[in-house]
Amino acid sequence: MKAIVTIGCILVAIIIFTYSCQTGNGAGKDEVSYNFDIRPILSDKCFACHGPDANKRKANLRLDIGDSAFLPLKNTKGGFALVPGKPEESEIFKRVSSADPTYQMPTPQSHLGLLTEEQVATIKKWIQQGAKYERHWAFTAPQKPTLPKVGNEAWVKNEIDYFTLAKMEQKGLTPNDEADKERLLKRASLDITGLPPSLEMMDDFLKDNSANAYEKVVDRLLASNTYGEKMAVHWLDVARYADSYGYQDDNIRTQWPWRDWVIHAFNNNLPYDKFVTWQIAGDLLPNANKEQMLATAFFRNHKYTEEGGVIPEEYRIEYILDKTKTYGRGILGVTIECAQCHDHKYDPFKQKDYYALFAFFNNTKEVGFEGDVSQSKPAKNPLLVINDSDRSSLMRFINFKDTGKLTVSVMGELDTARKTYILKRGVYDAPSVEVKPNAIPAVMNYDTAQYPRNRLGLAAWTVSKNNPLTARVFVNQIWQEFFGRGLVKSTGDFGMQGDLPTHPELLDWLAVDFMEHGWDIKRLVKQIVMSSTYRQSAKTSDEKIKKDPENIYLSHGPRYRIPAEFVRDLVLSSSGLLVRTIGGPSVKPYQPKGLWEAASSGRGVLATYKQEHGEALYRRGMYTFIKLTVPPPSMGIFDASNRDQCEVKRSKTNTPLQALVMMNDPTVLEASRVLAQRLMGENTTPQDKIAKAFRLIVCRKGADKELAILKGYYDDQLEAFKNKTIDAGATLAAGEYPQDTKLDANATAALMKAIETIYNLEEAIEKT
Amino acid sequence: MQKEMLEHGLSHNRRRFLSKMSMGLGSVALGSLLIPDLFGKSAEEAVITGLPHFAPKAKRIIYLFQNGAPSQLDLFDYKPLLQKMQGQDLPASIRQGQRLTGMTATQEHFPLAGTVFQFGEYGQARAHISELLPHTASVVDDLCIIKSMYTEAINHDPALTFFQTGAQVGNRPSMGSWLSYGLGSENKNLPAFCVLLSKGKGNGQGVYAKLWSNGFLDSIHQGVQFSSGENPVLYLNNPDGMNKADRRKMLDKLGELNELSFKEFEDPEIHAKVQQYEMAYRMQTAVPEITDTSKEPESIVKLYGPDCLVPGTFAANCLLARKLSENGVRFVQLYHQGWDAHGDLPNQIKGQCLDVDQASAALITDLKQRGLLDETLVIWGGEFGRTNYCQGKLTKDSYGRDHHPRSFTIWMAGGGVKPGVYGETDDFGYNIAKNPVHVHDFHATALALMGLDHEKLTFRSQGRRYRLTDVAGKVVKDLIA
Repeated sequence: MKAIVTIGCILVAIIIFTYSCQTGNGAGKDEVSYNFDIRPILSDKCFACHGPDANKRKANLRLDIGDSAFLPLKNTKGGFALVPGKPEESEIFKRVSSADPTYQMPTPQSHLGLLTEEQVATIKKWIQQGAKYERHWAFTAPQKPTLPKVGNEAWVKNEIDYFTLAKMEQKGLTPNDEADKERLLKRASLDITGLPPSLEMMDDFLKDNSANAYEKVVDRLLASNTYGEKMAVHWLDVARYADSYGYQDDNIRTQWPWRDWVIHAFNNNLPYDKFVTWQIAGDLLPNANKEQMLATAFFRNHKYTEEGGVIPEEYRIEYILDKTKTYGRGILGVTIECAQCHDHKYDPFKQKDYYALFAFFNNTKEVGFEGDVSQSKPAKNPLLVINDSDRSSLMRFINFKDTGKLTVSVMGELDTARKTYILKRGVYDAPSVEVKPNAIPAVMNYDTAQYPRNRLGLAAWTVSKNNPLTARVFVNQIWQEFFGRGLVKSTGDFGMQGDLPTHPELLDWLAVDFMEHGWDIKRLVKQIVMSSTYRQSAKTSDEKIKKDPENIYLSHGPRYRIPAEFVRDLVLSSSGLLVRTIGGPSVKPYQPKGLWEAASSGRGVLATYKQEHGEALYRRGMYTFIKLTVPPPSMGIFDASNRDQCEVKRSKTNTPLQALVMMNDPTVLEASRVLAQRLMGENTTPQDKIAKAFRLIVCRKGADKELAILKGYYDDQLEAFKNKTIDAGATLAAGEYPQDTKLDANATAALMKAIETIYNLEEAIEKT
Repeated sequence: MQKEMLEHGLSHNRRRFLSKMSMGLGSVALGSLLIPDLFGKSAEEAVITGLPHFAPKAKRIIYLFQNGAPSQLDLFDYKPLLQKMQGQDLPASIRQGQRLTGMTATQEHFPLAGTVFQFGEYGQARAHISELLPHTASVVDDLCIIKSMYTEAINHDPALTFFQTGAQVGNRPSMGSWLSYGLGSENKNLPAFCVLLSKGKGNGQGVYAKLWSNGFLDSIHQGVQFSSGENPVLYLNNPDGMNKADRRKMLDKLGELNELSFKEFEDPEIHAKVQQYEMAYRMQTAVPEITDTSKEPESIVKLYGPDCLVPGTFAANCLLARKLSENGVRFVQLYHQGWDAHGDLPNQIKGQCLDVDQASAALITDLKQRGLLDETLVIWGGEFGRTNYCQGKLTKDSYGRDHHPRSFTIWMAGGGVKPGVYGETDDFGYNIAKNPVHVHDFHATALALMGLDHEKLTFRSQGRRYRLTDVAGKVVKDLIA
């Protein structure tokens, strides 16, 4: 009996020990983890001079690899950087804990700053415990972990919740209850489709008391073709999609059929492995069809110069660098571009590795310059020509009313491989050693028996189940879409300098599960939105803020302002103005006067902004024309990407300029007026009208107090319009949508003002 | 790094402060409760702890960017040898195989083209200045003329991007964004970084929003475009039918409603948003007051020239720049297009100089008479220079000049710079003979004048610390008084 108890104790001890190995985070813990505790310190403070970059290495000392870190020091006779178990004999510890500026590390000249006391203590402990190195977590293929034990099983709805709840319980946090139905529906609808729920949807959901009511709504949202539009927006950032060439004269280009394909691919639930394969190498697939070739436009969305006098090769190289960066940041989640000029300073990527990756993209037929703006064409070689018959068969998803041909810039391979050289300092005209196409060895070996040395091989390597990055990186991007921040906060950097995952086991579980289930994106999305973690109310409290100010441990639901495009969508949709056409050429809605003209060289068809009329004014935000040199101003104000280069994460700011847009943008004013007109046509009281507008915009029934404040404001404004202290005619003139002159102008204007106020509520454009 | 920690601390403090505030204030209508210093002064004071790194000489910068690249050989860098050798080929020993743009790389000859304009010697430094810039010549004793600038790019887009962001490509923060990040704004009602655009009649090269982008910095550090027209800032004006009192009324209602929301969620971001609406409201008053030039006295209009009352001109922008700067805007960036004279240079440059000469000099004089020149650094220059040989056909009185990154002239004034002439080019005006100043050096020096160590003003993004000066640049101490 006693023996069993003892064994039990040992088992518990082992379990605790193992657990703390995985999640240890500081000197307070028993076991210090190299990956989670030590490497972030070394990477930030030491690797710049003692890391992978051989050219910048000082004192011949390399600390990012155990084998070299344990060698006798070359510059200090008899000394060792690391003596396992003996911090006092380890030069690292002696120097980081020294107060002598001529001896201490990092040196004052490095401007890196000294280690904190806690960091020094952590280093000490790690050395005491044997100074064990581990392979970087993100460069090791994920394994599906077992689900952790939790106390409050009743709260758990699916696997995700085991991981998040275990963390919360460990941190002394309690999860929130589920959000109320109205707010949950708004959240899910905005997250899945980018649009607020319709009144009908709200009513249905409120009435439905069945156990799977929420699931039914989620399925309905996932089946809507607005899902593809929502999901595409993030991918358009990754792909730096725009409607112009960028650079000086910034003329128009036609890449939008590719944008329509992305929407189609998400709606069709094309598995992510195929989604990526087609974009990397659709043209090289056996019997490639035009849809697969179109997908490769992903790598041709970068800027393209039409400035007279450029040196073509300089720009051709620039375009390949851009492709390499986009692949690295957007798909692999690493900062491979740092190795363009020198070996990477933090990650084990050599400059040679960079150009070996670059070589995959270097074999395309494109040239650096096809003439200046006077010879501008809508696409650059190699081209995909899409004709009428393509659009009535395989490519029905392309929305184009004309019968003419469309041309899109796509990828195309040279018959004889172009040689690739390491470019000294990354400069186009300084080639040195030749390299062959090869993917980053530190991530995963590129077995040429399995993978040909072309983009098709690269695609297969990328979506191999043994690739440690691809699934993790994508799952993380999707997580970010729903929670506002990734499990790895540095979405584009899973390397040594990136943030560590807040829930490493969850990330791995999701990544492996995703691959095991055929890279099924809709399934992943459903998994996330069905979890209790996602469904929690967004309420916070002083205590939660104190314990976890950034909500890293997810003890309440996500609450943040929706992205730029969806602010516009919400305004148009709730007012009934939204035109739900999917895809097609981008449109030019209202924009403050003179912006394009002021910045233009005067050349090219985009020198002046020609605002469109009618339906073009009411399309979703993602269809607003993006001229790279002058991106749509209201979008930029709400943190939309400027599409200059691959972007995987938008910032979330709160500025006075955003307030000015919501108060004065003609789109918001027009939407308020049109919604007022519609409601005036209904045979209801002003109270009812205000209540309905509130519900359409905020997506919940207004509380009595809220509606009373708005009614008070309405009465006040009505009085002022009647007394002519303010001008109803001028107020109602907002926007081009026809006015309804049969209505009482004063009452309509007063209702419009109340609605404007609702649009400006903090909660209106917030995911709550 | 230090700076990042400060910002982190600030956001914590803000959250704590806001949640405390909510408890203390209870049912007070937040809309009418102005807390002016919350995001203005007090926030900035917290940010600037530890910054500047040392005592600044300048507090603000006004950068008069001459977009398209003015010809230094026709304005500042007087080379009589070129007139003597008019039409003869540029010796290969001088060109040293330097790469040329695609526009002249295929020319068989590189005929030297001396300037057609007269030069005089002005001021204590006996600086050469062309007859095209009489007003500039009149303030020469305040100018620090750098004749030995050089850059690495030979085309407009990368060269301009390099001057503004310290890198030829990539979405890096602009110089003004770095200063906004490092030093914040001095005025709670105005952005720290403002941008003004104008166009001359000469051959133009566009500008682009990327030039005043915040890059990876927070978007509050983005340049805000201003103009002296009726709508000085995008979306600033209330719509027709709404006056200031109405707006106040609406904001009070909004405040009440948002406070109800705060009670439910306790999310401090709700209050943060209310404050942004209040700042927007204050901007609606403050900005038109500043951008209104109608009340400027006759003497000022005379100083800048009559164009200063025409919105969108360089002169109007110079006047507006003075007003913004005077009101505490950290960095005012002007761009004036039209200097890209590949052909017909003598004619085009005349028009360009008429646009900018008087107003540029007026800005110096005006700042000086207000006692502001000492603390305001004014910078004037383009993205590169122009070649000493002719592009296209050389005739007796006309020539064009291609891009020349190897040597060109810019000037600075006020803000602690040492007046005089710095650097020299060779007799051909092609290579630098003495004291070269790289774009990174220029940035390092400008930051130093503002009290910032260019190696310490860093921001971590995508795993590395970025600086305006990338990995190079040294402060040119001889430029500092």
